[in-house]
Amino acid sequence: MDKYIVGLFNDDEKLMKAVEAFRKAGVAIHDVLTPYPVHGLDAAMGLKDSRLHTVGFLAGASGCLFALGFIIWTNAVSYPTNFGGKPLISIPSYIPVTFEVTVLSAAVTMVVAFFVRSGFSVFKQPRIFDERTTDDHFAMIFETNDKNENDLSKIRELLKHNGAVEVNEKSFE
Amino acid sequence: MSAYESPIREPLVTGGKTYHQITRDIVRSTEGMPPLSWFAVTGLAATVLMLGSLAILYTLWMGIGTWGLNRTVGWAWDITNFVWWIGIGHAGTLISAILLIFRQRWRTGINRSAEAMTIFAVMCAGLFPGIHMGRPWDAFFIFPYPNTRGPLWPNFNSPLLWDVFAISTYFTVSLLFWYSGLLPDFATIRDQAKSKFRKLTYNALSFGWTGSAKHWQRFESLSLVLAGLATPLVLSVHTIVSFDFATSVIPGWHTTIFPPYFVAGAIFSGFAMVLTLMIITRKVLKLEDYITIGHIESMNKVIILTGSIVGIAYITELFMAWYSGYMYEQYAFYNRALGPYWWAYWIMMFCNVVSPQVFWIKKLRRSVAFTFFMSIIINIGMWFERFVIIVTSLHRDFLPSSWTYFTPTIVDIGIFAATLGLFFTLFLLFARTFPVVAMAEVKAILKTSGDTQKQRHTEHVDDGHHGGGEVAGVLRNKA
Repeated sequence: MDKYIVGLFNDDEKLMKAVEAFRKAGVAIHDVLTPYPVHGLDAAMGLKDSRLHTVGFLAGASGCLFALGFIIWTNAVSYPTNFGGKPLISIPSYIPVTFEVTVLSAAVTMVVAFFVRSGFSVFKQPRIFDERTTDDHFAMIFETNDKNENDLSKIRELLKHNGAVEVNEKSFE
Repeated sequence: MSAYESPIREPLVTGGKTYHQITRDIVRSTEGMPPLSWFAVTGLAATVLMLGSLAILYTLWMGIGTWGLNRTVGWAWDITNFVWWIGIGHAGTLISAILLIFRQRWRTGINRSAEAMTIFAVMCAGLFPGIHMGRPWDAFFIFPYPNTRGPLWPNFNSPLLWDVFAISTYFTVSLLFWYSGLLPDFATIRDQAKSKFRKLTYNALSFGWTGSAKHWQRFESLSLVLAGLATPLVLSVHTIVSFDFATSVIPGWHTTIFPPYFVAGAIFSGFAMVLTLMIITRKVLKLEDYITIGHIESMNKVIILTGSIVGIAYITELFMAWYSGYMYEQYAFYNRALGPYWWAYWIMMFCNVVSPQVFWIKKLRRSVAFTFFMSIIINIGMWFERFVIIVTSLHRDFLPSSWTYFTPTIVDIGIFAATLGLFFTLFLLFARTFPVVAMAEVKAILKTSGDTQKQRHTEHVDDGHHGGGEVAGVLRNKA
């Protein structure tokens, strides 16, 4: 059984202040759920930067090289064909397809990476800490399995002090 | 966070909305039984689709000899409709990608449905080259796959093959961009749902989204890079479509002005279609607080800009035809304006060059009824633009004995009707089951651009200083 404390906020600025306060107090935050992206929250929580854009760049670069190499191979090696007296390797007219394949591979790989890394799937049954977090509330989640009553009251206290509108407990099987 | 926005800028969300009201306003349109009028309109669109599909089936059965095409005019309604639909799609990507990069906050109210429009329009567009092949069951021949014919690869020097890659990439990337943006909003619908079935369905659609900070971080990174990729992509798509014409040696097609001119025309027609759909949607789903008059005005400004670019392109073409001293080019343009298709040319000129200029008048830019009327006029005008470019350049070729006049058959008309039916059926289904406004994005700009929030901000700034100007107020506030 996993037990959690859920602190609910109704304002993103209060949430940010609370996150900073908890970081300062050295309490580990399990997760923060927000209805929309709150800018600067990832930095405040000390999350590492996403490497998704690197994935996009690498996939785009390899898609680009693959497309160009493949077109040259088909036209000059596999089945050399003279089109309108142009050279067998005529780079300018290969650029449109190369560009499209670059964009396609970057985009598809990034989206796949995003879904896989975040564990999204049609069958995923996520833990819903509070149904209002996709509506108008911001939630700070704390794991409580390894904490004693003293730690818990400290968390509750700190949440209330920083403007949490509700502090609830939630457990999952 | 609540960044400061000048009070001169109109609020983008009116009606003093809170986060919860935004949720309810958008989710409501997916709940309960749709009204009778929705069934009526969807029924009508689906009927048109069904009847039009008969024309498609007839084409598949009999071949493209059932169309109005002949030996001289080998491209007509099919390619006109293809380019028209693709062009319409471009506005959606412009709104979702280019305006994201330019940090235009007004995109948030309309991007979701504009992107949906893009996807449906590209589906309609893709149909035409498909059935124009004559043997669509061999359509896979266009893809470079190892085959038993050599292997004989497709011609990578051909603009028609570039088109295959451009359109399929465009469709895929638009779909991925749109769908990844939908995840948080599907999760909102799931959490608002009462019945188990709805919860399960929307949970599956949301892929188990919860709004975790790490997911949002990735989400933001993904949308920014996808926007960066979609921006050159959308420009490349219509550039490549214009290459279908520009790389040929037909007078009237063989011009270097085509790529920018086609891209501007695409955005022009696309915004007109967005306006047509948005004006109906905001009224029917009561979204006037999210798609405000300010949004309509912004779109009309894009229409003036792109419409003027299109107008200048038309005039440049005419000038260059004359200035080139090339007889055939001169004749192609003389024939456009004064030949048998003069009526199509002047409809195009009137709808695309003259009519958008009325939007310089602020009152007309902000009039919903007039904008709706104009959006239809522009859609018609842009359809005729493609028709004029394609048919008038072809119907009088180099050999006067093969000059003809193209008239569409009932099958041509039926197929076009089918795509209109498909487009509106899909859009109407979308409007009832999907969140038509990007809730998470609107919530994210509410503090900066909501009307009551802005009001509060301005009052706050004005406190304790007189005649000091806003900047001083802000600075004082910060200190």
